[in-house]
Amino acid sequence: MAREIAFVRSEMLGEKPPPASIVGVQGWIKDNLFSSVSNSILTVVALYLVFVILSGILPWIFLGIWNAESLAECREIFAERYGDGTEYACWAVVKARWHQIVFGYYSPDQYWRPILGFILIAVSIAPILFPKLPKKLFFVSFASLFLYPWLIWGGSFWTPITAALGAVIGFFAYRYVTERFGFLFGVLAGCAAALIWWSFISGFAASALQSAIPATIAQVSSLNLAGFVLSITIGIVAIVASLPIAIVLALGRQSDMWIVNKLCTGFIETIRGVPLITLLFVATVLLNYFLPRGVEFDVILRVNILVTLFTAAYIAEVIRGGLAALPKGQYEAADALGLTYWQAQRQIILPQALKISIPGIVSNFISVFKDTTLVSIVALNDPLGIANNIRANSDWNGIVWELYGFIALIFWVVCFSMSRYSMYLERKLQTGHR
Amino acid sequence: MAEVTEHAVDRSRLQVSDEVAIQINDMNKWYGTFHVLRDINLTVNRGERIVICGPSGSGKSTLIRCINRLEEHQAGDIIVDGTELSSDLKNIDKIRSEVGMCFQHFNLFPHLSILDNCTLAPIWVRKVPKREAEETAMHYLEKVKIPEQADKFPGQLSGGQQQRVAIARSLCMKPRIMLFDEPTSALDPEMIKEVLDTMIELAEEGMTMLCVTHEMGFARQVANRVIFMDAGQIVEQNEPEEFFNNPKSDRTKLFLSQILGH
Ligand SMILES: Nc1ncnc2c1ncn2[C@@H]1O[C@H](COP(=O)(O)OP(=O)(O)O)[C@@H](O)[C@H]1O
Ligand SMILES: [Mg+2]
Repeated sequence: MAREIAFVRSEMLGEKPPPASIVGVQGWIKDNLFSSVSNSILTVVALYLVFVILSGILPWIFLGIWNAESLAECREIFAERYGDGTEYACWAVVKARWHQIVFGYYSPDQYWRPILGFILIAVSIAPILFPKLPKKLFFVSFASLFLYPWLIWGGSFWTPITAALGAVIGFFAYRYVTERFGFLFGVLAGCAAALIWWSFISGFAASALQSAIPATIAQVSSLNLAGFVLSITIGIVAIVASLPIAIVLALGRQSDMWIVNKLCTGFIETIRGVPLITLLFVATVLLNYFLPRGVEFDVILRVNILVTLFTAAYIAEVIRGGLAALPKGQYEAADALGLTYWQAQRQIILPQALKISIPGIVSNFISVFKDTTLVSIVALNDPLGIANNIRANSDWNGIVWELYGFIALIFWVVCFSMSRYSMYLERKLQTGHR
Repeated sequence: MAEVTEHAVDRSRLQVSDEVAIQINDMNKWYGTFHVLRDINLTVNRGERIVICGPSGSGKSTLIRCINRLEEHQAGDIIVDGTELSSDLKNIDKIRSEVGMCFQHFNLFPHLSILDNCTLAPIWVRKVPKREAEETAMHYLEKVKIPEQADKFPGQLSGGQQQRVAIARSLCMKPRIMLFDEPTSALDPEMIKEVLDTMIELAEEGMTMLCVTHEMGFARQVANRVIFMDAGQIVEQNEPEEFFNNPKSDRTKLFLSQILGH
């Protein structure tokens, strides 16, 4: 029999809906949970484990008690309600002491200061997080740089004002010099102008203004900074300050200039080779030996500087990875168009390198925020330190899970938000194809 | 006395007439110990279109990359548009802003829209106001026939479109000389023509062009001169007709038989 092999399609086929087994809930369950025998067994076992764990934890959480004066009272209530020996969460400790965990040792009439500070931080990062918001909000970000420390430590209102003035002066010096002599000299001139103002003039200006128009809030000693106020202060300063330092270090490490290259490499490798705890220890104990007698150098400032440098060294390496991942053609195209080194870095190289580095940078931010708990080594009371103090109190002696659970929850919310945000940012910046 | 004369001679070597766009005298370049360009002498007059061909690794890319200092030469002189290329950064920046370059892999900036790709250098290097830079950019995007893509990102365009954007991006700097390094060799066959058409149009307007390419049809149509390079040296140069129909050197004959033959 002769087979007909010639074929001409007379009509193109339309689209048909896929069969029900691959779409919808039913399809999903089959595909993901019961696709094979071993998969089905795993599903059943896993579901059972989840059930066992939740049936232990959920009642403990939800049958817990919020109103009590002490752990002993909690236990009495449990015995009364559920019979002897049964124990659920005694959330009363969180209710009684949460403000200490969050605000540390501020007196309650000063709580408005950290609260206002947190709000300022939230408003300041809003325009960075969501570029659609009006650019004017950056003024809030700028103001917060100076208002936040004032709110936290207190003192004359004129100190942050004159300090901010220094930054403004630095900015105009930068603009003026950049237009004439280029970006690098602009940055140097800007920094120099601001430093001169801060070291020689702003102190006088502040005290002059203070004597003319007094405006002061109570000072808070650094030793009273504790709890999440402390963690967030150290964390935010490290996050904000480490990024520019890290960029400079990463560029320096890529530089052709031998001395710059070696300095940056040496700095990064030294910091990365030493545990943070050691650095913190250096910050509090050893620096005191080296500083001249009588020079007061605030302990939190010292810790902050080291945590910032520590974070910067790690982020510098992440950014260097991003720089190395850029195709050479990007540098060449920028050169061929006549862009200077700094123009190319700012317009072409860094935006792309930073974009690639976002996940690494954010994971460093997350770990530095969690690492702020290490300051307990130098006698500062991070949230865990406060938890220990609460547990030492006879009313709450014996409490463990409730306090640590509460602290963990706050850390988790902050860190998880950062992580989700970085994923959102990555998706949003996804313009290239590679 | 002797020194003065020597100096005078040296200077006169660097004096080139206004008709000359690029003058290369006895130029040599090494990568480490590898002698990649040997005694290159080349004069490109204004408005001349030169096609450079040769086997892979013969130093074609290196040669044209020396012209805008993407690579540094170690001996000899390169004078572009009357300015000598030395390690003086001012001269390098001046030459780079006068010389446009298109690469094999386009090298568009993937994080910027097409329009921003085109306006970036005019705004930052030439200090052109943004509005004006955008008008110029649209003008050249129309010229390469993709004004409707202005707001897209490079990743959304086909290879041929990307290369035309790269050409427009260079043109926005109003260069007097254009360098092309195998602009069509990363493209699918059906896209080569659209890029070549753009280049032909550019040639017809009198742009001085140096083009590394193996598109022999293009060479025949627009080149004033074809240069054949091998092993880091210029082996043969001639008018296209003569070059293709009557090659003199054995190396040239071999090369032509390989790319035209089959
Ligand atoms: N950056 C570099 N370092 C060392 N050798 C190189 C470098 N770039 C190119 N070369 C070598 O120089 C020679 C010429 O390269 P190239 O100019 O790219 O050739 P073409 O463009 O003609 O194919 C090749 O042998 C190549 O391996
Ligand atoms: Mg090449």
